[in-house]
Amino acid sequence: MTRQQVLDQYFMDARHKLIEVAAFLDRVDRSEGDADFRLAAFRTALKHLAEKKPHRAKRVLLSFSDPTMKPIAKAPGKGACGAWKAL
Amino acid sequence: MRYIEPHGHMVSRTTDDYQDMVTAGCAAVCEPAFWAGFDRSSVNGFHDYFCQLTDYEPKRAAKFGLPHFSWLCINPKESEDVALATDVIGLIPKFLDRPNVLGIGEIGLNKNSRNEMKVLEMHVDLAARHDQLILVHTPHLEDKLKGTRLILDVLRSDKRIRPERCIIDHVEEHTIQLVLDAGFWAGMTLYPESKCSPARAVDMLDLYSHERIWMNSACDWGVSIPLAVPRTALEMKRRGWPADLIDKVIYRNPIQFLSQCPKFKLP
Repeated sequence: MTRQQVLDQYFMDARHKLIEVAAFLDRVDRSEGDADFRLAAFRTALKHLAEKKPHRAKRVLLSFSDPTMKPIAKAPGKGACGAWKAL
Repeated sequence: MRYIEPHGHMVSRTTDDYQDMVTAGCAAVCEPAFWAGFDRSSVNGFHDYFCQLTDYEPKRAAKFGLPHFSWLCINPKESEDVALATDVIGLIPKFLDRPNVLGIGEIGLNKNSRNEMKVLEMHVDLAARHDQLILVHTPHLEDKLKGTRLILDVLRSDKRIRPERCIIDHVEEHTIQLVLDAGFWAGMTLYPESKCSPARAVDMLDLYSHERIWMNSACDWGVSIPLAVPRTALEMKRRGWPADLIDKVIYRNPIQFLSQCPKFKLP
């Protein structure tokens, strides 16, 4: 695909998602109380979007990921929350 | 269009879904054992579930002209209870000869705990002893990278395991290269909110490989789309992919992997 074709097919969808992210951050700012570790992880991940390097999606995913290799002692539950919390 | 749905939890879907899939060109569906959304209270619950996967569900699919295959295991979400997992794994061999059983799956990790690792190793040993194909679930979200690395270590450390007979499912941009470089097959799961969107899945096909890779909907009782594979085929078409290459990814690739089990035959 040419760059123009990519823009024609995906610009509106990406624009929509970008505005949703902006509105989410505004909503977080307007709300009261402390934020947990996920907000800091989100802001860290956002920095990758502005980088002019390939593989942004990979770097965003890596920034949310547990980088350790040692199995944990016991599963704390079944779910995942989307961002790794360093212990 | 013709396609294989290599990973669908059809016990939690409606007959309308079967009709839609067949209408869209689905030629076979494969159903790995998974978590029911609640923990089963005993090994008897798994016995009944395995009967459902190997007897009742193939008959339900057949009413719509759709061949149905299954994979058996205790899902990693229930692997923290090693005693229960041991009993369930002991139950599996008597189901392996059933005509629609393709192998052991979806095994793997969920929270990357020690007990999950033990149960994963038990499943891998079971598959090796019975010469079964393996379908692996990788963890969700922040746990996926670590879980994928641990799973690859377990599989590579067992010299009886041949990578070309294992598929590592739910890969994303940060894990796909690890899986393919190690010689395993990779599965991309197409979900509306997590895992891969159709656009990202096609990006990965463009960036990494058309070989040793399949796509699935992993449709279940959660937010998921049974027609995710044909919709992603439309995404490929929008990008100008040739019909033969689309057919390879959504039909011939899964057949290539699944045909390593002699029981996988299409009418």
